[in-house]
Amino acid sequence: MTASLISVMFAAVISQNIVLSQYQGICPFLGVSKKMSSAAGMGFAVIFVLAISSVFCWLVYNYILLPLELDYLYTMAFILVIASLVQLLEMVLKRFSPTLYSALGVYLPLITTNCAILGTANSAVVYNSYNFLYTFGVSIATGVGFLLAICLLAGIRLKTDNASEIPKCFKGFPITLVTAAIMAMAFAGFSGILG
Amino acid sequence: MNRHKIRETFLSGLFKNNPTFVLVLGTCPTIAMTTSLANAFAMGLATTFVLIFSNLFVSLLRNVIPDKVRIPCYIVIISTFVIIVQMVMRKFLPELYSTMQAFIALIVVNCIILARAESFASCNGPVLSVVDGVSMGLGFTGALCLIGIVREFFAAGSFAGFAIPGFPAMSGVGASAFGFIAFGCLMALFNFVMQKLNERKEKLKAASLPLSDGSVGALEETK
Repeated sequence: MTASLISVMFAAVISQNIVLSQYQGICPFLGVSKKMSSAAGMGFAVIFVLAISSVFCWLVYNYILLPLELDYLYTMAFILVIASLVQLLEMVLKRFSPTLYSALGVYLPLITTNCAILGTANSAVVYNSYNFLYTFGVSIATGVGFLLAICLLAGIRLKTDNASEIPKCFKGFPITLVTAAIMAMAFAGFSGILG
Repeated sequence: MNRHKIRETFLSGLFKNNPTFVLVLGTCPTIAMTTSLANAFAMGLATTFVLIFSNLFVSLLRNVIPDKVRIPCYIVIISTFVIIVQMVMRKFLPELYSTMQAFIALIVVNCIILARAESFASCNGPVLSVVDGVSMGLGFTGALCLIGIVREFFAAGSFAGFAIPGFPAMSGVGASAFGFIAFGCLMALFNFVMQKLNERKEKLKAASLPLSDGSVGALEETK
């Protein structure tokens, strides 16, 4: 039980990385990776929201939607849970932890439309029907995987964005996508380790 | 409501503001669902359907929705149409639905749809909003199909499921990394073509400017 949880979590961080092998959360991955500080802020905000929201989605799905046989509405229910949670989190942070708010605050509204959040909630709660502990563990690991990928990309972009050898039409997003492709190959090399 | 504005709105989504290559929105389905032309086309059409109807309803309700809770309202409208797409696809295209299930649900958080609702439909009339939805949707579908054709050609050596004689399938190209490379290279190609077109336009303008005593320059300035 614990061994398989660890292998599922390891896969979620490295070989089944949410961005580089599941293709979710690519918009912030490309958009917010210009500077290392903003990449780290976005990454931590994603871990935070992902862990809380998937727990709430699990509760809503198993204790409200399934007993009422409304499970076909899961998409709408989950996105409303996520959107209201992000709004609530913003208010709570602003009130009780101004330092954390100033670090993560700008990224919180963007997170509502980050498909990594809804995608992880969907796959853990609905498609794989994990239990409560698994859902929590997998969503934390997924968030860590996102943080790892976006920080690595930000580090590489410090070099590539200023390189003068890049052709004009490849500047900006295209060269970043090619960089991400090479990163995806490297991450895929870890598949098979730990089950 | 003049015809000129409708035409301009329609063309803007296809080329000048192409959601995939220029605005770079909705990149997740762009990379995940373009392993073949059929998948890309189905994903594009599903998104276009949701985009048109969410634009229409947001535009119709734009004077009713209070400003403070507009984002949750938009999300409810969008997810309603996503659920309709899910139900219709599950009934009539079950095998396609099972491969695309995860990303059909994620249309809800596709940034193109929320961005158009927020920046276009919430401040324009229903007719123009539907035109914008059609144009953005077709721009998205076209870009997806282009990437799908390239990826299917290299990974399976086929076009729309039909094998092309003389082109064997390349193993490894179907892997996840190729999606990023194909998207990046096609975006660079799109940028390249757009740059060349702009340069030609500049040259023509420079050539015609002295003859037409500044009228072309004035037209360019108003744009």
